[in-house]
Order: sequence, then structure tokens, then C-alpha cells
Amino acid sequence: MSMGAKFENEDRGLGVDAELGEALKNFRSNVHAWSEAEYGRARQVKTVHELSWRVAAGWALGCVLAAGSVTGILYERHHQLELQKTAAAEQAARQQKLEAEQRASKEDEDLLAKVDSDVSREVPSAMEPLAQLMSENEAQ
Amino acid sequence: MAAGIALKPMTRGAVEESTGQRTEAADQEFSAVVQAHRLQIFRFLLASTRDIDLAETLTQECFLKAHRNWSSFRGDSSAMTWLMRIAINLEKDHWRNRRMQFWRHTRTNSVDLDEASEWLPSGERSAEQQMLAREQVGHVWKAVEGLSGRQRTVFLLRYVEDQELSEIAQATGLSEGTVKAHLSRALGKVRAHLRGKP
Repeated sequence: MSMGAKFENEDRGLGVDAELGEALKNFRSNVHAWSEAEYGRARQVKTVHELSWRVAAGWALGCVLAAGSVTGILYERHHQLELQKTAAAEQAARQQKLEAEQRASKEDEDLLAKVDSDVSREVPSAMEPLAQLMSENEAQ
Repeated sequence: MAAGIALKPMTRGAVEESTGQRTEAADQEFSAVVQAHRLQIFRFLLASTRDIDLAETLTQECFLKAHRNWSSFRGDSSAMTWLMRIAINLEKDHWRNRRMQFWRHTRTNSVDLDEASEWLPSGERSAEQQMLAREQVGHVWKAVEGLSGRQRTVFLLRYVEDQELSEIAQATGLSEGTVKAHLSRALGKVRAHLRGKP
């Protein structure tokens, strides 16, 4: 459809003179010719190739990223488990040491208590002759 | 430009009425719309972006979006106006997208203005006339490059797609008065370029 005939009155109102009208007509022809040429060009194959290449590259990159992420997660998890094991072992060692110390301290206390009780039981009878001797000396 | 294909109003209810046949009919109708308007949408997007790959991508997106929403198309406007509205919004979104700012500035895929001006049907013109026409087209392209987004859209719809002011208003969502104002400013810039006073 010719735009000249269709919009003549409106274009005149917009100040479209002969020179501008000619330029607009040429511009229209230019865009139509260019778009028809590009539209008709067999670019499907190129697009499919480009698309498949891009899809393959995308998949490859995706796989590398996924593998990297999984490896990172597994390493991190392994590292955490190792840390937990070490912490548990240290805790157990500390506990054992504490128990040993407590046991040793209790044994010492028991020994001292035993000595105390032995001493308190035996000394008075052992000192009896000495006490008798001392009281005889005092009487004389 | 007129609608191209006369369409019956297509509501969701109508499509769901008898899904089998209706869906098939709707698909056929949509295929006809694609065949009738694909070139026009591509042409508008090509003129707007001067980027062949981008124009093709946006055209595909436009019809994909249209297909998804085909059941909700009520036929208030022509299918062409509806499609054009989708295309305009897609183009706007594309440039508005922040991730695309870099490409907006470099425009590496854009076809050079001189290259774009080369396309002219030879017709019955002499070599001199051809050269003159090419020069004119080059000036218009330069002017179009300097237009704002809205001015460019309105200008292209009018002088490339031959749309009436009311159709442009529907497609852009502007009032007819605003469309006329944008068109007038765009023409002023084109005129200035043609006179060598941009």
C-alpha cells in the first residue's frame, strides 16, 4: 500500500513537503528491502549450529561447575568430620587425664586418711610406757 | 496497516468449551497469524535495533509470548496491533534490562548506517537517482538514530509500517495527540538532517 495516498492529508498537516516525502518513501523502501532480504536468508542452519555449540558449551560449563561444587561440598564435609573427630579425641584425652588426676588425688587422700587413722590408733598405746615413766619420775 | 487476518474473538471459555477441536482450531488460527505478521514484526524490530540477530530473537520471543497468551486475546484490537504492542514492550524491556547496558553502549552487532542504507530496490532509477536516494536514506537513518525511544517507535510504525495514528496509539498505549506530537518532533529532526542542520 502506498503511504502517500493513505496519509496525504495527515502528512500535509505534519508539514511533510515533497522532499521529506520522497526521503520517507525511500527510507520505507530501504527498510522493506533490507528486512525482506534478511528474513528470506537461509540463516536457520547457522543458527542451529551456533545454538548447538552454545548449548554444548553451556552444558560443559554447567557440568564443570556442578562437579566443582560437589567436590567442594564433599571436601568441606570431610574436613568438618576430621575436625569433629580430632575435637572428640582431644576431649576424650582431656577427660581421661582428668579422671586419672582425680583417681591419683583420691588415692593420696585415702592413704593420708589411713595413715592418720593408724597414727591416731597406735600412738596412745605406744606412748603408754613413756607416760607411765613420766608419771613415776614426777612422783619421785 | 489493516489487521491482515480477520479473527473471531477468542476467549478462554470458548477455547475450553470443547478442548480437542477448539485447541486445534486455535493453533491453526495462531499459525495463520504468525505467517501473516512475522515479517512485519521482524521488520519493525530490525529497523528499531538495526541488529539482525537481536531482531530475530525478539521476533521469536514476541510470537512465543503471543502463543502463550493467545487464549486471552479477546480481539479488542487487531492481531497485528496486539503483536506490535508485545514487540514494543519486549524491545523496551530488552534495553531497560540492566544486564544489557553494556551492549546498549557498544552496539557491536548493530549494522552500520551506511551498510543499512545500501538496501534500495533499483527500480527504474538512474545511477544518479540511486545515489541521491541512498544519501537521503542515510540522512533519515542518522536522524532515526538520534530519536528518543518513543519518537523512533512512532516514526517507524507510521513511515515503515504505514500504520494509522489510532493504530499507533493502541500499539504504544499513548493517546493520539501524544502520538502526533512525537511524530511531529521526529519529522522535525529528520527534516533538519536532510537539510544538513541536525
